Amino acid sequence: MNFDLSDEQKMLGEQARALLADLSPFDRLRQLIDSNADWDEPLWRALAEMGFLGAAIPEEHGGLGLGALDLGVIMEALGAANAAVPFMSSIILGAEAIRLAGSDAQKAAWLPRLASGEAVATFAYAEGPGPVFATGTKLEGGKLSGSKFPVADAGVADIAVVLVAGSDLALVDLDQPGVRRTKLDSFDQLRPHYRLDFDAATADPMPGRGKLDQLIDQAAVQAAFEAAGAAEACLFMARDYALERQIFGRSLAGFQAIKHKLADVAVATELARSNAYFGGWAAQSSPDDLPAAAAAARLSGIKCFEMAARENLQVHGGIGYTFEANCHFYYRRERMLAVHLGNRGFWASRLLAAQPGRQGQVA
Amino acid sequence: MDFNDSPEEAAFRDEARAWLAAHAPAHEIPPGAKMSDTEEAARGRAWIRELYEGGWSGLTFARELGGRGASGIEAVIFAEEEGRYHLPKGPFVSIGTGMALPVIARHGTEDQKARFVEPTLKGEITWCQLFSEPAAGSDLAGLRTKAVRADDGSGDWIVNGQKVWSSWAHLTDWGILVVRTDPTVPKHKGLTFFLVDMKTPGIETRPIRQISGASEFNETFLTDVRIPDANRLGAEGEGWACCMTVLMGERLGSGAHRSGIATLLDYAAATPDGHGGTMLDDGAVRQQLAEALAEEQGERFFQARLRTMVSKGENPGALAGMVKLAYASRYQRTSGLALELRGLAGIAGEAGDSATGDVQYDYIYSTVMRIAGGADEVLRNQIAERVLAMPGEVRMDKDVPFEKLTG
Repeated sequence: MNFDLSDEQKMLGEQARALLADLSPFDRLRQLIDSNADWDEPLWRALAEMGFLGAAIPEEHGGLGLGALDLGVIMEALGAANAAVPFMSSIILGAEAIRLAGSDAQKAAWLPRLASGEAVATFAYAEGPGPVFATGTKLEGGKLSGSKFPVADAGVADIAVVLVAGSDLALVDLDQPGVRRTKLDSFDQLRPHYRLDFDAATADPMPGRGKLDQLIDQAAVQAAFEAAGAAEACLFMARDYALERQIFGRSLAGFQAIKHKLADVAVATELARSNAYFGGWAAQSSPDDLPAAAAAARLSGIKCFEMAARENLQVHGGIGYTFEANCHFYYRRERMLAVHLGNRGFWASRLLAAQPGRQGQVA
Repeated sequence: MDFNDSPEEAAFRDEARAWLAAHAPAHEIPPGAKMSDTEEAARGRAWIRELYEGGWSGLTFARELGGRGASGIEAVIFAEEEGRYHLPKGPFVSIGTGMALPVIARHGTEDQKARFVEPTLKGEITWCQLFSEPAAGSDLAGLRTKAVRADDGSGDWIVNGQKVWSSWAHLTDWGILVVRTDPTVPKHKGLTFFLVDMKTPGIETRPIRQISGASEFNETFLTDVRIPDANRLGAEGEGWACCMTVLMGERLGSGAHRSGIATLLDYAAATPDGHGGTMLDDGAVRQQLAEALAEEQGERFFQARLRTMVSKGENPGALAGMVKLAYASRYQRTSGLALELRGLAGIAGEAGDSATGDVQYDYIYSTVMRIAGGADEVLRNQIAERVLAMPGEVRMDKDVPFEKLTG
């Protein structure tokens, strides 16, 4: 057993963090919100240039052919920076859906363009309030009808992988007359969501069936990496603020009420990261372990980031409620990440169903 | 990253598994079997002896000390395989190999190593821990049991005081003991460590009636107990450093327990919900058990990360306390939940309902887990200070000679 990242993976994570520290400081996030931007396009171009977008896309399709753990260290860095880029939508979900379920022609057409950042994909699964993996959208004779919302990053996406009736997937070019995009009022101001209405839109069915579970399990692992990175950023932000802040004649960080709270956040973060590591390893090397590993990673990821985002703002006190402080980016992002890909209840059921002897028993 | 055994590890596992299959069944104590403490301790000694003869006792100890010279990962593999059998492995085993031997190996003289290491690995000497006192638990360095030199020129030490929470002290041969030898210096500096023969006159152990109904912990009274200077471990005043060596072993060991969420899933599935299904169909129960399962898996994989660090020669330090901190609270929470989901029958099960008995015991015993081997609050301080680099606690007794402290 060697349960640690490789030196190359650690270096990859450091490169990603360095790039994000340089290009995506908090003032940049404020600027994006103030300008009502859909994304941080220059950052996306820089991520493409570094090869990060194509990290896990096969070499034959213009990527680097790396694995889930390599993607994971990039996701951890993106989570820590609270970056305003559609990496989850375009790479973790869009490109991976095409790799898993797409035809050779679909792969050849889109994977190289997604790897280079020239095109952006998103994954359209929810249909309004209720369970997020909804299948009320109909695909008949190559024409798609129905509505998907909210859909992350649909303002900048060229294509959407759409979850349709029968849990099938279809590839839809978003720049066509049969598709209407409406921007929604998004809780996470740095990840705008849209409503997509399809009126007999031309759609290209994806031939690989039954790939949805693997797709979302893999994405759940990546979401846990993202959550652990974000939680750790909140933890350090709270710690650093407390160290600096003087109160009652001493450092705020010296009070047990603060120390113990942050120790609990640190523990939750390490448990989530450990589950993410195992999930990444399972995704790469032990597919039978993936369903349970992904659900555990997802649940512990939600938990640690929830604790961290809330307590970070709390430790800051009143200043944390201001736009000038940086707590709010994470406080909003956390709720978005907690519900995308299915909420706690959804993943609790998947985790229990994945236990030995309880296969498929979902209440 | 590879969670699976390397080829060398797999070969080690195969060897361990084959040896255990041939030797362990004869030593097994079936779950639920009733036997006296004395009988259990005797069975424990016999199992250690068997391990020693097979070359499996003291896995990580150097060969020249009588151990196997195995790696930490190999010790974990052996423990996993050994854990498949119901063997007599109480504190009378783990305190010896997990606490006494590491401190003797690190701080002991050659003579002490020769006297104690191999006999312990053979099961000829078992150990108890004489650290905590009625007024010194989390603040262990505030202990009051004192040792002074005998006035007869022998160099012996005369010890007086009281220790508490000494597991199995009534049935073990030797104790690891920390006492105050110099009250004129600040508390951490005036401590000295001893190895004490539990048959020495003046040692009286009394079982403590615990809330679980069992009495494996004792209070130990020491009245004019004479200890030869040859049984002092480390220099005078080095007792605190020795304690740290012991407690690090305790912390790495404490996280290894399992509360078994899988067992609780079975328990919920065996409890009707009144609507034709089971309590495993109940949304609130499902949510809480799934969250606990995610934590349990996280603890397991975090342990794997820590073991990898150790195998690379890195010191996990206060990170090791994280697993125990997470585990202990979860153990209490989930055993409490299990009693609740059972309905009133969780509070009073019928005679044959051993699952309810186990859950009840877990709920009682979980309180110990949150206190022993570093209380939750101590661990949170350590994590905050050593992992997050936050300030230390205000210490009113810092730099004050022990004898000048009030209280």
